[in-house]
Amino acid sequence: MSLVGEGAELSRPLGSAFVRAEPSLASVEDYLALLKPRVMSLVVFTALVGLLVAPGHVHPVIGFTALLCIAIGAGASGALNMWYDADIDAVMSRTARRPIPAGRVQPGEALAFGATLAVFSVAVLGVLVSWFAAALLSFTIFFYVFVYTMWLKRSTPQNIVIGGAAGAFPPMIGWASVTGDVSLAPVLMFLIIFLWTPPHFWALGLLKSDDYARANVPMLPVVAGHDETRKQILIYTLILAPMGFAPSLFGFAGYLYGAVALACGAMMLMLAWRVYRDRTGSATVSAAKKLFAFSLLYVFAVFAALLADNLLARLGLGA
Amino acid sequence: MTEAPDDGIVLTDEQKRRRRARSIAIALSLGVLVALFYAVTLVKGPAVLIRPL
Repeated sequence: MSLVGEGAELSRPLGSAFVRAEPSLASVEDYLALLKPRVMSLVVFTALVGLLVAPGHVHPVIGFTALLCIAIGAGASGALNMWYDADIDAVMSRTARRPIPAGRVQPGEALAFGATLAVFSVAVLGVLVSWFAAALLSFTIFFYVFVYTMWLKRSTPQNIVIGGAAGAFPPMIGWASVTGDVSLAPVLMFLIIFLWTPPHFWALGLLKSDDYARANVPMLPVVAGHDETRKQILIYTLILAPMGFAPSLFGFAGYLYGAVALACGAMMLMLAWRVYRDRTGSATVSAAKKLFAFSLLYVFAVFAALLADNLLARLGLGA
Repeated sequence: MTEAPDDGIVLTDEQKRRRRARSIAIALSLGVLVALFYAVTLVKGPAVLIRPL
């Protein structure tokens, strides 16, 4: 049942004519879905690693507060993204069941929800933890909502390359919550996620290119074709694999991390090569699916190894 | 001549149930926020007023 009125303009909620407010049928689960919990899990995990590997000590309550604010800030970005992209989401099979296009949450409700959480997450992080970390969080939200969602996503096939920066900031914010500054180590963590984003999303883009074309989103497979996308995936993975090893190279991580980063980087490269090589039949879909699935594992494995390596070093067991 | 009374918007039972659930969620969120500020104040002690960049 849709509660969005016939006259509701989903494409540009801010510019829509006034629509009489109807009783909301939104459930608590719908509001939680606006926070994009699966994306949030990656944000929280990488921020946790950034926070724990940072030099110095942070009280568990302060650390928990920082993580909560980062998670809520990421959720706010997701809600604002869903508000703005409701028209796109409605025509894509992957996103058509989201709360706004499904009619369970009205655009104005999502906007108010996202904006409120964004302001509160930044303010609470600043007041209780660190204003530097809060500034980074506010920039991340700004970048994701205004630069990626409102500008890049609909205008350039480089949308997820540049927009990927927003997803790469959380470990840096976690680090800054402890140290109050940013050094080489969090920049390396940023670069790993930044370079990981294109192969990850373009593998999905290869699988869902019809969806993106229908929604007029200029993803690389739609604009430049699948073959060019495969080439770009391979190029970015060729840069990602050595970048993944960089924390060991710069002395920020030990052998355990180095071994995991090398193994996962080699696996990413092999799967990217298969995506590049297999261009006909069912193998092409299978290769893209495998790369997409492993890319999720890659970022979790590499950051988990970084955390484990750091903990071992603090216990005097690292090499 | 009498006009029919305007009852305004009448919520269905499902809408009432979901509104109640949303209200409880907001109350819990505010409770967590209060508890958070209380806990951080205890942890920081007098240093709660020192907020370095």
